[in-house]
Amino acid sequence: MSAATDAVIPRILKAHEADLLDEWLREQASAFRPGSKISENELRGQAREFLSLLQQATQSGNITDIKGPSYGRVRDMLGDVTRSRGLQGFSPSETAIFVFSLKRPLFDRIRTELATDPESLAMVTWSASELLDKLGLYTTEVHQKSREEVITRQQAELLELSTPVVKLWDGILALPMIGTLDSARTQIVMESLLARIVETGAEIAIIDITGVPTVDTLTAQHLLKTVTAARLMGADCIISGIRPQIAQTIVHLGVDLSGVITKATLADALRRALEMRGQRDRLLKPRG
Amino acid sequence: MDHIPILKLRDFLLVTIQVDMHDRLAMQLQDDLTARISETGARGVLMDISSLDIVDSFIGRMIANIAAMARVLDAETVVVGMQPAVAITLVELGLTLPGVRTALNVDKGMALLESATREIGDSPAADAGHTE
Amino acid sequence: MPVTRSEALELRSAADVVSVRQVVRTWAIEAGFSLVDQTKMVTAASEIARNTIDYGGGGNATLELITDGSRRGLRVAFEDKGPGIPDIQQAMTDHYTTGNGLGLGLGGAKRLVNEFHITSRVGEGTRVVITRWK
Repeated sequence: MSAATDAVIPRILKAHEADLLDEWLREQASAFRPGSKISENELRGQAREFLSLLQQATQSGNITDIKGPSYGRVRDMLGDVTRSRGLQGFSPSETAIFVFSLKRPLFDRIRTELATDPESLAMVTWSASELLDKLGLYTTEVHQKSREEVITRQQAELLELSTPVVKLWDGILALPMIGTLDSARTQIVMESLLARIVETGAEIAIIDITGVPTVDTLTAQHLLKTVTAARLMGADCIISGIRPQIAQTIVHLGVDLSGVITKATLADALRRALEMRGQRDRLLKPRG
Repeated sequence: MDHIPILKLRDFLLVTIQVDMHDRLAMQLQDDLTARISETGARGVLMDISSLDIVDSFIGRMIANIAAMARVLDAETVVVGMQPAVAITLVELGLTLPGVRTALNVDKGMALLESATREIGDSPAADAGHTE
Repeated sequence: MPVTRSEALELRSAADVVSVRQVVRTWAIEAGFSLVDQTKMVTAASEIARNTIDYGGGGNATLELITDGSRRGLRVAFEDKGPGIPDIQQAMTDHYTTGNGLGLGLGGAKRLVNEFHITSRVGEGTRVVITRWK
């Protein structure tokens, strides 16, 4: 587009701001389903802000490059609107309509302005259409992204809930692990176990993997690191519930568990832990 | 140059490391401790690192060195209070602190020192009922 | 890669290793790292800073807060004009020592970060760049 036609959109946005705003709001009202949760005032405020930011952004030329620096504030504003609409329960389409419904009012104005210049009319209308399409699509991208963030956060919380550290006895903690262990989960679990050891002053932690069907190299190494870290801190770990298949995997993988106490069942591990505590208590009991 | 204070508690020496040590300070601590163990005939050293949020290979080696030197002078060393993030990082670094006993806190560390040194140091006469 | 902020530190004496640790810690917190990730980054920086001073004869460290669109990261580049490392492969294996009996700690530092780049030329100097992403 030439400089002359480039300037049309920002000029229209500035000159016809009030009219555009009114017509746009009317378009939106007909598009929104009844009972939607946005107040008229809030909508008007958002629309006005958008028009103003859009007007500034289109002034700098390169109108349809919405990822560029001149559209930074427009993107931020749309991002905020989208996220808040998402939280209020609006669908991605409903939020995108916020942008798309500006088309008809804007095209009407362009047609009026360039009635005598059909070629420019076509070009400018095309630019405007492209611009609003991109901005509308941008809102759906933001919507998607923020949904993903919510899901990731919920997953992290579920993770925490699903691997609780329990106190089995005075000075003995147990960590029953269930399901497949991936690298990320094992790391989170490791960190929370070590934190609990410090909190409770428990000198023995039983990591029970009865409920874990398979173990890969990374996970086995993480377990080993957990045990080593606990020892460095002054606590001992017992790994219990190693199934025959897992025992084989561990040997095949070449992971060296020789320095680690292992027991077939959680009950065996608890018995061993109590023995260890008993020994320690006898050793530490002041004599005479 | 400032020194890290060393406290005497019965038969033991207690060192609390609370500052981010630069290398000279760490070397100074090694020298000071060795001298104090010698002077006092201390049987054990308790090193409290619960305030240390970083232990790199240099500090790690310093701790291992202190334990080794103490042992030559017939004293046991127990390191207490290692923070989880530090422990995880040391494991990743591959630093194992050989010859260093550890405990979760000062209380348990002292108890460990008592038991470790009592076994070696007790004369049979100290046990109930025996006379020489 | 967009750099949001950068700062350079001189590495001359042992006291500077402490400064590097403190500054890297602050920046790691700002980049939003978890406590464990902060600790790993600071420890790695400490190892390399010490090398720069002890082995490289002093140099500088440049910290950068970076972003690659979706995630934030912290990058620290260490540079010296020291003797250089003749055999980098060997230096990276953990028990490599040089003269004064202390390992270079490069292999360990590498395990603590997400990205590790080292270039060195004998007689000219060494450059190590470490990066951790949130």
